[in-house]
Amino acid sequence: MAEAFTRNDMLPPLPPPVGERGVVKWMRENLFSTPLNIALTVLGVVTVWWLVSASLPWWLHSVWNASSLGECRSIIATTYGEGATGACWAMIRERWHQFLFGFYPPAEWWRPVLAFGLLFAAMAPVLFGGQKRKINILLGCVLAYTVVTLWLAGAPTVPFLLALVLIGGLLALAQVMPGKLLWFTLAYPALCFWLLWGGSIWSPVVAMLGFGVLYLVFRFASPFIGLAPAAGAGIVTAVLWWLYLQAPVASGVHSVIPLGLQSINSDQFGGFLLAIVIGVTGISFSLPIGILLALGRQSDMLIVKSLSVGFIEFIRGVPLITLLFTASLLLQYFLPPGTNFDIILRVIILVTFFAAAYLAEVVRGGLAALPRGQYEAADALGLDYWRAQRLIILPQALKISIPAIVSTFIGLFKDTTLVAFVGLMDPLKGVTQIVRADINWKGIYWEPYIFVGVIFFIICFGMSRYSMYLERKLKTDHR
Amino acid sequence: MAMATDVPKDSFRLSMLIYDTRYRSYTIQIVVLVLFAMAVAWLLNNTAQNLAARGKEFNFGFLWQRAGYDIGQQLIPYNNDDNHFRALLVGLLNTAVVAFFGCIFATILGVVVGVLRLSKNWLVSRIMTVYVEMFRNVPLLLWILLSYVILSEVTPQPKDFKVTDEMIAAGEAPKASMMLFDTIAVTNRGTNIPSPLFERGLGTLDLGFMSLNLTFWAVAAVIAGSVFVNRRMVASARATQEATGVRPVTWWKSLLVLFAPVIVLLVAMGFHLEIPALKGFNFQGGILVAHSLTALLIALTLYTAAFIAEIVRAGIQAISRGQSEAAFALGLRPNRTMSLIILPQALRVIIPPLISQYLNLTKNTSLGIAVSYLDLRGTLGGITLNQTGRELECMLLMMLIYLTISLAISTLMNMYNRSVQLKAR
Repeated sequence: MAEAFTRNDMLPPLPPPVGERGVVKWMRENLFSTPLNIALTVLGVVTVWWLVSASLPWWLHSVWNASSLGECRSIIATTYGEGATGACWAMIRERWHQFLFGFYPPAEWWRPVLAFGLLFAAMAPVLFGGQKRKINILLGCVLAYTVVTLWLAGAPTVPFLLALVLIGGLLALAQVMPGKLLWFTLAYPALCFWLLWGGSIWSPVVAMLGFGVLYLVFRFASPFIGLAPAAGAGIVTAVLWWLYLQAPVASGVHSVIPLGLQSINSDQFGGFLLAIVIGVTGISFSLPIGILLALGRQSDMLIVKSLSVGFIEFIRGVPLITLLFTASLLLQYFLPPGTNFDIILRVIILVTFFAAAYLAEVVRGGLAALPRGQYEAADALGLDYWRAQRLIILPQALKISIPAIVSTFIGLFKDTTLVAFVGLMDPLKGVTQIVRADINWKGIYWEPYIFVGVIFFIICFGMSRYSMYLERKLKTDHR
Repeated sequence: MAMATDVPKDSFRLSMLIYDTRYRSYTIQIVVLVLFAMAVAWLLNNTAQNLAARGKEFNFGFLWQRAGYDIGQQLIPYNNDDNHFRALLVGLLNTAVVAFFGCIFATILGVVVGVLRLSKNWLVSRIMTVYVEMFRNVPLLLWILLSYVILSEVTPQPKDFKVTDEMIAAGEAPKASMMLFDTIAVTNRGTNIPSPLFERGLGTLDLGFMSLNLTFWAVAAVIAGSVFVNRRMVASARATQEATGVRPVTWWKSLLVLFAPVIVLLVAMGFHLEIPALKGFNFQGGILVAHSLTALLIALTLYTAAFIAEIVRAGIQAISRGQSEAAFALGLRPNRTMSLIILPQALRVIIPPLISQYLNLTKNTSLGIAVSYLDLRGTLGGITLNQTGRELECMLLMMLIYLTISLAISTLMNMYNRSVQLKAR
């Protein structure tokens, strides 16, 4: 009797059929699942192919060394044959500094470069509050950046060393007391202003002292007349300080200890330096103003509410260009006769108001999205208005509106290009026009726009990625 | 000994204005009001002083003076002998044209892109992501300038369209040719498109202060009437369906009602197209659409469509999966699910941000200044302002007009929004 066959061990599993695995399966599911999808895929492939075949030779035939567009074209024609297209990046090589700094004097380029590096040092505690490792990484990058760029920009020895000491000090501070880094953030605006515009160091110092005066008055007056009147008195004193005492004190100290940088006029600013100055200042001032406006709009007080609504709706109802023209044409009517202050400052103020009105609506959306129970819980805890806002309402409302806030910021940064229309030299229209008006580079158009567009893209895309990171970090629900 | 329930009856003290919540809000409001009034008074005083110092006065009489400049694109008759107010109207209409077509094109493109970005097709959704990110993260001004420069520098010159006898003999084709059955010519001077002409038009009606183009209004009235009749017909079909369960066939009636009257009217008025043709060194006949308008429209459409695509995507994603699953469980087919279940709900999420995109687009038309498009800002806020030197009046009037447009659009769209919004009971 023959032994019946019995299998003692399991067969290894066979691989799935070819159509059900690997690339084939993926393509079947993602590219060719239905007739419509097949058509779309074919259309997509044709589009991509058309774009690539039209532009790839242009990228590959780039020329970096030439002094005019004509020379570029002849180089391309001799190298790649008649009729070949190619990019002429030689223009960027020759004019990059105008795109970055405008007409800022070359000997002083280290100043905006240093200010840009310190900007990130100032932002570190704000961006990554409490995360020591990330702050360290960012500050380390700032240190490396500063060393390299200051060396490249040929900074004088003394400021070079001072900058290194400053960043080294910040790094050391980050190890011991990371919380104290915020003091540098607060001092940064004055430092940045002084670095960029130059002049005596004492003007920003004395201006910052105004805040010290405010604090001192508040501190000493509050036991006698109460918190709110003391704050009011402090503000009045500080305003008086800025209006009447600042200039004489600053010039007085300067005559004793003359310490300063060569002063730079606003019309020498241009390019991305200008865009970043306007953008960063606008962003940092528009958020607090926007929050106050949103709270004003939600307020029960009729007058406060209607003033906020009027302001917000007015600003949101008119194009930014008309506000910029207001800055350049109308402020001379609205201010006392003979007043004439810096056009960049005027533009910054109007851009800040513009962004603040949009932010106010965004924050209002966040406030409205909070469940009523949160407000009631805050009341039940016995918190007063400002404590309730600061501890309960705003943290949640702002968290909800982060994506919208950041896209408003991105919008603001993109809108800085509009300052070209009031005669400032923005990277897009101002500088590009100058370059295109040059006889050597007449007729060039793809290269400058691609260059400027890519830089804008990097900055704006970076901001939107950061907002996604922040959203993830602050996410507290357990979905 | 005082009872615990006694309310302390203090007399009014000055400090209660700040520390007592009953009075504090009045104090704050009065302080704010006084500060605001002071600020307004200060501004008005400054303005009066500045105007006096410059020897100007605040009045709008200049609007009735002769404008003396030409406007390339005019939807209503205008020449340089007309007054500044007429120029303002021409500019306002030019703004409206860009805003109107921009909104339509951007909506179409944005909805397509937004839906395709959610497509299961890997390649298509990636392409759409690249498009959206590229346009959202780069300033609008760049797209306007770039499309203008490309249009005016890459397109052929009119003489490139020329076909000479020698070229025919040698069998050569001209360097450039017209598009779309030889009706549209894109040259470096502008785009030549056919213009509608009527052999037996209805003429114009002169009302004294303005003239009405009767032909145009007749066509508009017939179209409006057809649409109205069609809607009534569809509504009655729906009523029949609700009553009997059978929907009467309406599609051919709709087509007939929508198109037959217009076609009959056009034929009756002798409608034909005047096709641009190369005469000498330039194209004659038809309408010349300036590159400034084309570039502005292209850039505004592409830019705003990227934002609308994101709004549409977010709106569709906001509808929970349970909704479509429930619809499938009811036995609805996918396209009915989309039109009856998903879209009506997604629309509620989509419309409010869509309104603000329309407003943004309308306000962004003022960037036409970059390509010298004479819109409201170009006429009233540009040439008129420079010629008359009345910055204050021009700017205030311009802001007022823009504000009115914005508020009007947002009111209209909010009314629509309210009609589709979920009725909370």
